[in-house]
Amino acid sequence: MAKYIGKRLLYMILSLWMIVSATFFFMRIAPGNPFASEKKLPPEIEANLNAHFGLDKPWYAQYWEYLVRIVNWDFGPSFKYKSQTVNDLINEGFPVSFLLGMEAIFIAVALGVLLGIIAALKHNRWPDYTAMIIAVLGISVPSFIMASFLQYFLAIKMGIFPVARWESFMHTILPALALASTPMAFIARLTRSSMLEVLANDYIKTAKSKGLSSGVITIKHTIRNALLPVVTYMGPLTAGILTGSFVIERIFGIPGLGAHFVTSINNRDYTVIMGVTVFYSILLLVSILLVDIAYGIIDPRIKLAGGKKGE
Amino acid sequence: MNKRLSIFFSMLLVLSMFLAACNGGGDNAGGGDKGGDEGGKSDVPQELRVNINTEPPSLHPGLAEDSTSGTVLRQVLEGLTRINQDGKPENAMAEDVQVSEDGKTYTFKIRDAKWSNGDPVTAQDFATAWKWALDPANNSTYAYQLYYIEGAEAANTGEGSLDDVGVTAVDDKTLEVKLVNPTPYFLELTAFYTYLPFNSKVAEANPEWATDAGDNFTTNGPFHMTEWSHSDKIVLEKSETYWDAETVKLDKIEMIMINDPNTELSMFDNGELDWAGAPTGALPTDAMQALKDEGRLVTQPIAGIYNYKFNTTAEPFNNVNIRKAFAHAINRQELIDNILQGEQLPAMAIVPPSMFEENEKGYFPDNDVEKAKEFLQKGLEELGYKDASELPAVTLSYNTSEAHQKIAQAIQDMWKQNLGVEVTLDNSEWNVYLDKVNQMDYQVARMGWLGDFNDAINFLEMYRDADGGNNNTGWESKEFQDLLAKSATETDADARQQLLKDAEAIFMEEMPVAPIYFYTNNWVQAENLKDVAVSGLGDVQYKWAYFE
Repeated sequence: MAKYIGKRLLYMILSLWMIVSATFFFMRIAPGNPFASEKKLPPEIEANLNAHFGLDKPWYAQYWEYLVRIVNWDFGPSFKYKSQTVNDLINEGFPVSFLLGMEAIFIAVALGVLLGIIAALKHNRWPDYTAMIIAVLGISVPSFIMASFLQYFLAIKMGIFPVARWESFMHTILPALALASTPMAFIARLTRSSMLEVLANDYIKTAKSKGLSSGVITIKHTIRNALLPVVTYMGPLTAGILTGSFVIERIFGIPGLGAHFVTSINNRDYTVIMGVTVFYSILLLVSILLVDIAYGIIDPRIKLAGGKKGE
Repeated sequence: MNKRLSIFFSMLLVLSMFLAACNGGGDNAGGGDKGGDEGGKSDVPQELRVNINTEPPSLHPGLAEDSTSGTVLRQVLEGLTRINQDGKPENAMAEDVQVSEDGKTYTFKIRDAKWSNGDPVTAQDFATAWKWALDPANNSTYAYQLYYIEGAEAANTGEGSLDDVGVTAVDDKTLEVKLVNPTPYFLELTAFYTYLPFNSKVAEANPEWATDAGDNFTTNGPFHMTEWSHSDKIVLEKSETYWDAETVKLDKIEMIMINDPNTELSMFDNGELDWAGAPTGALPTDAMQALKDEGRLVTQPIAGIYNYKFNTTAEPFNNVNIRKAFAHAINRQELIDNILQGEQLPAMAIVPPSMFEENEKGYFPDNDVEKAKEFLQKGLEELGYKDASELPAVTLSYNTSEAHQKIAQAIQDMWKQNLGVEVTLDNSEWNVYLDKVNQMDYQVARMGWLGDFNDAINFLEMYRDADGGNNNTGWESKEFQDLLAKSATETDADARQQLLKDAEAIFMEEMPVAPIYFYTNNWVQAENLKDVAVSGLGDVQYKWAYFE
């Protein structure tokens, strides 16, 4: 196991280096610079700024500086937001995005699995159809429309929740719901189909014929086996929710990291682009690793280390 | 089979109910007017809630370069002058201003005022702040706003010394400023954010004073900052140390950062904001008409223009008649009524009407198709073409945005209908676009311009030199340059105004730019909110604001 994780870590560093390099070069190939605006700067001032931020150095020197910065976990100042460093932006924004993401994942998994189980157990009866209608709506309605929809009905019309902002727990519910709607629907469908598959297996029949109660069969034998695809989906889901929260953060005015992920590119805020990309890449790589480890725990048939047939 | 059919119908029923619910909601959306008057019924707390869209990039007056930072700074710091509710500069930190006869030396007497930590405001605070911005080591992008001061440009570009900059603190309360030229709008400039002071004692002890709220962020304006939670909100409270504190009625201003016009309007409608829209935020364009019909929309012209620039170095727009033909063949009023919907003014001149009143009419009639055809014919002959179809392919460029695209499509159609010219559209991302325009890699390109201070020179100066950073048309004219040069040294206000008008006339005769419309600010505000001052430049001040 340790050997396996060590190997994976090594691959992670390699992938990270490739991501950093690709980002660095694409970022520099893109026309424009952090100081471009409708009102053009006098050339002397621009030259001065380039010198100050080291943008006048040859590319390999800048590239090397970036790599050193990443290793030291010090991404430097933001070009645009002069009161903050990139580390500040990440340290302040990520906890917010993380909380929002976790809440959304919790809603998506809890409701999604629940809907899926209900649908599978009441296969081809009305609970199944209702659950699947919700799922189809969830998948086909984009999150930003869901967000305006929730805002309009639950906040403006019914006055249950505030329209936007990030102040109290009540403020977090609408954005989390909006963010969760699509993955929840996906999980519901995933759970339903894999439940149905598992329910058709012989060992379920055996369990039934042993006289086990339907509750025990569902919980011990069916769900555990049916959740494997859901766990697989958790890795990309975590990454998707954390990076994809941009739109939701914008609509609800949430001071998270997702907004910086996109606006930094429009601003050509080089240091923020690099910082946020590196940060998200690490997050993604780690979450994939965790999913692979979780696999082995849930399903002992999957051997992580592999190649041990001889033993 | 029967069972399946019934299931199908029940599903259909659920779906149609759901859709009906959506629809009903949409109908009510326009009528939901709960905002505003709710706050007034209670004991009227003097607390204002506004949206400023984004995190202000910097609250250091020397580093600020954008309107969001300007909005916050104008409330917390006070310059030598302040633009009053009538849009004219009045004395603020300066108690008295003496101007020498040649108009090049200004002597400001600083009033007895205090910083929020109790330090007195001194002439040295101003001198230090201005020199700080000019110091090349501090990388101020807006330092050029100070180039009117003698020696400022040289110091900023590293050719001169900061000691030679013409700003001197004669004593604690006297500031002497020497200018390069008599600058009749200098007292407008001293209200601009690059000219704001900072507490030089605090700044010396802590150069990072402007990065957060707290003891170091000392202020001398009507409000002081009690909270700055980055990318989330800024809280200002009434400053008790402000010299004119009795005028200030608001106790608290909460500035939140929501970058979504729909949310902003929803929050306003839900009573969570007291103001939605310009100048600090924005309204969704598709809500404009409804807001106008309900009589809630407030519209105010601001000094800004939306242009189509011509690349005058390449065929066919190197020909003045072709340029004129294209400029005349635009139906601006139709664009405003159908696409923009913000009561903008059609622009047939380059200087906004707030500066030159007669520009409401402009230099030519809007949508003059007959004239446009004549110009086109003449231009074609001069270039040696028989027919408009022989013209080189024309491309209209704009930066990617829904509004710019709609305008471009409408104008594309107008040019096709009125001139018979096929135009292709080309859009690119903002930074890419700026690069293209700066390198003159375009034929017709959209550009906007907002005035920094209330003087016509703002809208003319950029076209002085073909290689000037903001010209981008390749056009220049000796006559135009001479008039601008003369205006710089003219001390008589009327004579100077006339020189600038003559310069504009030449510009419009040559038409290197087709003006489209003059900007307006549109917003909705709580009904009991009074006296928020929005200047002709679109700068907002809350010094006088109150809830009734």
